[in-house]
Amino acid sequence: MKISQTISWTDRRPAPTVVSMALATRTDRRPSMTRTLWDSTVGKKTIMAVTGLIMLGYLVAHMVGNLKIFFGPGEFDGYAHWLRTMGEPILHYEWALWIVRVGLVAAVVLHGISAYQLSRRDIRARPAKYVHKRRRASYATRTMRWGGIILALFIVWHILDLTTGTVHTSFEAGHPYQNVIDTFSTWYGNVIYITAVLAMGLHVQHGFWSAAQTLGVGNATRDRVLKTLANALAAVLTLGFVSVPVAVMTGVVS
Amino acid sequence: MPDYAHYATGEPVVDTKAPEGPVAERWDTRRFQAKLVNPANRRKHTVIVVGTGLAGGSAGATLAEQGYHVVQFCFQDSPRRAHSVAAQGGINAAKNYRNDGDSIHRLFYDTVKGGDFRARESNVHRLAQISVEIIDQCVAQGVPFAREYGGLLDNRSFGGVQVSRTFYARGQTGQQLLLGAYQALSRQIATGGVELHARTEMLDLIVVDGKARGIVARDLVTGKIDTYFADAVVLATGGYGNVFYLSTNAMNSNATAIWRAHRRGAYFANPCFTQIHPTCIPRTGDHQSKLTLMSESLRNDGRIWVPKAKGDDRPANLIPEDERDYYLERIYPAFGNLVPRDIASRAAKNVCDEGRGVGPGGQGVYLDFAEAIGRMGRKAVEAKYGNLFDMYQRITDEDPYTVPMRIYPAVHYTMGGLWVDYDLSTTIPGLFAIGEANFSDHGANRLGASALMQGLADGYFVLPSTINDYLARNPHTEKVDAEHPAVAEVVAETEDRINLLLSVDGDRTPDSFHREIGELMWEYCGMARTEDGLRKALARIPEIREEFWRRIKVPGTGEQFNQSLEKANRIVDYLELAELMCLDALHRAESCGGHFRAESQTPDGEAERRDEEFSYAAAWEFTATGGAPVLHKEDLVFEYVHPTQRSYA
Amino acid sequence: MKLTLRVWRQQNPETPGAMATYEVDNISADMSFLEMLDTLNEELTLAGDEPVAFDHDCREGICGACSLVINGDAHGPERTTTCQLHMRSFADGDTIDIEPWRASAFPVIKDLVVDRSSFDRIIQSGGYISAATGTAPDAHATPVPKPDADFAFEHAECIGCGACVAACPNGSAMLFTSAKVNHLNVLPQGAPERETRVLDMVAQMDEEGFGGCTLTGECATACPKGIPLPSIAAMNKEWLRATRKVRR
Repeated sequence: MKISQTISWTDRRPAPTVVSMALATRTDRRPSMTRTLWDSTVGKKTIMAVTGLIMLGYLVAHMVGNLKIFFGPGEFDGYAHWLRTMGEPILHYEWALWIVRVGLVAAVVLHGISAYQLSRRDIRARPAKYVHKRRRASYATRTMRWGGIILALFIVWHILDLTTGTVHTSFEAGHPYQNVIDTFSTWYGNVIYITAVLAMGLHVQHGFWSAAQTLGVGNATRDRVLKTLANALAAVLTLGFVSVPVAVMTGVVS
Repeated sequence: MPDYAHYATGEPVVDTKAPEGPVAERWDTRRFQAKLVNPANRRKHTVIVVGTGLAGGSAGATLAEQGYHVVQFCFQDSPRRAHSVAAQGGINAAKNYRNDGDSIHRLFYDTVKGGDFRARESNVHRLAQISVEIIDQCVAQGVPFAREYGGLLDNRSFGGVQVSRTFYARGQTGQQLLLGAYQALSRQIATGGVELHARTEMLDLIVVDGKARGIVARDLVTGKIDTYFADAVVLATGGYGNVFYLSTNAMNSNATAIWRAHRRGAYFANPCFTQIHPTCIPRTGDHQSKLTLMSESLRNDGRIWVPKAKGDDRPANLIPEDERDYYLERIYPAFGNLVPRDIASRAAKNVCDEGRGVGPGGQGVYLDFAEAIGRMGRKAVEAKYGNLFDMYQRITDEDPYTVPMRIYPAVHYTMGGLWVDYDLSTTIPGLFAIGEANFSDHGANRLGASALMQGLADGYFVLPSTINDYLARNPHTEKVDAEHPAVAEVVAETEDRINLLLSVDGDRTPDSFHREIGELMWEYCGMARTEDGLRKALARIPEIREEFWRRIKVPGTGEQFNQSLEKANRIVDYLELAELMCLDALHRAESCGGHFRAESQTPDGEAERRDEEFSYAAAWEFTATGGAPVLHKEDLVFEYVHPTQRSYA
Repeated sequence: MKLTLRVWRQQNPETPGAMATYEVDNISADMSFLEMLDTLNEELTLAGDEPVAFDHDCREGICGACSLVINGDAHGPERTTTCQLHMRSFADGDTIDIEPWRASAFPVIKDLVVDRSSFDRIIQSGGYISAATGTAPDAHATPVPKPDADFAFEHAECIGCGACVAACPNGSAMLFTSAKVNHLNVLPQGAPERETRVLDMVAQMDEEGFGGCTLTGECATACPKGIPLPSIAAMNKEWLRATRKVRR
């Protein structure tokens, strides 16, 4: 049903068509839950929150795995091998890993498409800027979009570097320990990686808290707990990930 | 009868619709007598409602719920901004939830007495009866009234009564009630039952064959002047307090709709009955554009005082307790700080006239919360009045938790308005007036928290019952359109007035004229009126009017958004209305309620009514601008509440 | 005090606007911001220029009509409405930038006046409780726990001024919409329409072209009535609940 445009002078601009189902058509069939989620800004944010949390869970596991590098090549490479055999004998070799990969790709794609569509919408909603500029919101909030783009580019490089070895200078399949040390022995490898990890930290700091709000977990009393948790997660992940290139650069790991 | 020159006396008016019989049964009787419109036929009737405040919003929503086609107007950008939104303190209802002896009859009695015996008993009793249903209705709509820990509604006390019957939502009761009505209206806009025209201002009334058939309105954005037709027109356009320039009314509240209706034949009743509210923030300088009210509810806990000595200019906290005069508690021990508004205002004026006023120019008295903070703790005071204290601090830059507030009376409400019968119909058939725009329920003084009650009673319950009768008896089969000669004439007059305003191109701004007429009215037709002063004002107003049409400057054109033009056009009507107010004040040579004639007071300075001569409502008929109007008297009959000198001592 | 004002002037929705510079003198610290603009407009009128158009009405901070972005802040530097902002918040010699609300859902009508009817349409889509006049039970029939009543009131305080949208870098109306959803959804009276209300109001909000929420918190900082940021989370929760519960 369309809510009538009752104010005559707004006729000059195209009237918003209204998707509301108030009153008379209230008993009509409503669209499916998936449709409702995908069509609404709140729904898209929910998709971003859920996919973001999936990726965040993965990051925590990934970071913990990375730290195995401090226990030497044996343990690190062994862990890498286990990732391929996990789920056996129920699952075939590497199946579990592929399931995780497919899930992650789906999460990244949904997160990215939602972010792109929402950003386009946001920019359209505020076409004119204020003449009087002033600093707004926190650094993490303002860097969400750029941070997201940096992370997307980084993921591509990261996979080509350490998963497929396409852009790696001396990649050897099955020897992740050596591959990692080689990557962090180049200046650009460190710069790219550390930049991306910092962007990830900021992204997680606002993203985690933001996801909690979107999923309706946040309220006035829980706000401090959520903010502290977001800061702690961001700090632990950043430190955990950065520790590897720093260890390689300082020779702690070689 | 003394000769007051410029008016003639016509036939008395009688309210033909109020039934006989016991007062408690009259409303039921009238509702049963009224003809009804078949539900299937209602959508064929169009009703125009002008204004979207408590009265207009609730009427529009309810009429649409009944099935009528409603066309509604507001000059604001949204119906939610009507000035009812600013009412602070609360709404009365005879629920007796406090078990403190309240009843419908007591609310009826308090209101008739509070109005200084210048209101109709039938109307006031109906108002008291309906008050109970209003609270039920608002709660069902989700109005978040204050509640106690048990989950039930809280009450507080207001001026002029000794029971706690006022329901409230912190200091924003008007806002919450208005949003309730606005939401009900919004629901009807969504269904198509109400066609809303926002930013559209009524400029004149269309009367065809003696019946109200539509309005002329200007789209404030495009400047287009258009006609709208209906089977009945309801004016819910509020009061005319802005004639005083400085008042607690919103900047754009105006008298144009009711004044234009008056010029087309609707009688205007008791125009001189204006309410001066005792607790407003004093003005700070000539730049002042409006005055801000501090809710009457503050008088529940605040104590009003001035220094005992004249010209004592020590800061409040340095004046010892025994050198303070809590004058309301002293003069009126039974009601203390909660005497009715007219009495509190006049007492404040008296102490200031004695030279005991405080603050700049000695135009203020203290409203002190030190004792309340000591008794209840700062936290409790904050919870009850926090938003009012914040507002006071923002405006004055003083902290009312540590320094007593300074307050002074200001124009707040107009009891007068279009004359209506028991059905709320004006003297033009098909034209109804509801809320503050009519005159019927408050007599010469309105009690606190009664305006919201009356607006909603009229809009939700009274008008939707009584308008049926008119529509059923007047099935307009003949169509009226823009081609009709009577319509073309009104449109032409409106356009001429707008064009004239734009073409004078003088050297004075609209505001300068508004300020001038306002100051004149405050001086001579304000808190205390004298024959001398009123005659001076009556001599001066035509001069200002003449000067206005010679020197007004309105930049821009009529075919655009033009706020100067809106203002100037409203002032045209103030300049005529002011004259009628002064004339009414002059002819009513008695004091009653908000109308205080210095010549008519008791030896101890209280208002003295003269019932044998003035126990009537004065309904004025328009003849010509500056011409002598005709006075029609409606005698007031008191069968239940017998007039006595009001005593709050 | 003496001030330099840079004000957005725009003749009508179709004509592009620009900032214009004016000097005003003899401004008292006790004046409200709008009274300062009144002073400017009196001078402009006498000079034969068109006065600056701006929305205002009650001047008590409750009607929600006034709507100016002052030095980049919606309603200016204090947490209040423009009409309750006083000139004591500024210093002699200051330059003040005054702009209209900016959002594509709030098109400019003239100068500083914008069209906020999109807010009305959001309310029309479901921001009410369907209780036709005369159908109500006794007011005490349904007690409301005090914390719920207070929560409802806190959100019902919204004045619909649009500062939240003006301050939001995305032009999002989430704070406005959530205030009404939370007000009505927490009350027992609002329960029967709880799901449809939030779904329809959010859908209408999107339809009007408001942006999405990125939780920057600018809205709650600008809100003169202090509607808190967690309102948005509370509405999200209602919305998610409704997508699961609504009867299809």
